[in-house]
Amino acid sequence: MAEFRFCVSVMPKPGILDPQGRAVEGSLPYLGVDSVSSVRIGRRVELTVEAATESGARTIVERLADDLLANPLIEAWTAEAIV
Amino acid sequence: MDGGGHRLKVGVVVFPGSNCDRDALHAARLAGAETLSLWHEQTDLHGADALILPGGFAYGDYLRAGALARFSPIMGAVSDHAARGGLVLGICNGFQILAEAGLVPGALVRNASLRFEHRWIRLRVERRDTPFTSAVPDGMTLRMPVAHGEGCYVLPAADLRSLEERRGVLFRYAAPEGNPNGSAHDIAGVIDQAGNVCGLMPHPERASEAVLGSDDGLLLLRSLVASAAAAVAVPA
Repeated sequence: MAEFRFCVSVMPKPGILDPQGRAVEGSLPYLGVDSVSSVRIGRRVELTVEAATESGARTIVERLADDLLANPLIEAWTAEAIV
Repeated sequence: MDGGGHRLKVGVVVFPGSNCDRDALHAARLAGAETLSLWHEQTDLHGADALILPGGFAYGDYLRAGALARFSPIMGAVSDHAARGGLVLGICNGFQILAEAGLVPGALVRNASLRFEHRWIRLRVERRDTPFTSAVPDGMTLRMPVAHGEGCYVLPAADLRSLEERRGVLFRYAAPEGNPNGSAHDIAGVIDQAGNVCGLMPHPERASEAVLGSDDGLLLLRSLVASAAAAVAVPA
């Protein structure tokens, strides 16, 4: 068995209201920035999986992402191996 | 209560972080039921005829409201109860848990205002032919409080259309206070396809006695208790 580290990024799906992103965007003029738009706020989850192979570890990560880390109605996720 | 020897039992599920469980128990008793608390680590409903998932902040609302509570050991029994046609009412955080569990459609996200909205609102009752609304007089709007940070009801457009078509919207925020959280179609509460699981963001249990400012919410608890009692009275 080996340990594999993954990062899962969870983002609101396009079209889903993201009031946090909108609030951040709304504050940009106070920083004198007018060239930034489409701010979206999501979540990054890092975790370590013990498994025989990286693909075995990835299968577990994908199950967690689907069932728990993201709500598929409103969020999309990507997973990548990290060190 | 009816001399049949069986007093209807409402079970209130208590998650770590639930904080409206005692209010729910009290309101269910006012509505004529016997009550019991069901700790979330149990896997047995101890004879409860109907269930309430109360408000609060189960598991601190970490990850997403309801996302972790959905995997509590008791949720298997809650799903089985719902699948058998048993009544389940999710209030506020309880609604969020039911939505995360897929027992009612939709998701509840951060209020459009980004504020925790706690105030009195008015509800239009879209259907009175359900176990949760049968005691509501025709044409009456219900006054009760909301208190939530994540109550904005979201559903992809196609699903929202089919929800409306099957009359799955049970409650909508109504004038003059209106929609407190940005919910699609002013949706405050929904009912599942089979018609025995309901979730709503406002708090009927906090409007169950005149001294609280309104007893309109008791009508929903009375509907639940009467409907569950009628179901129990039918021989298997």
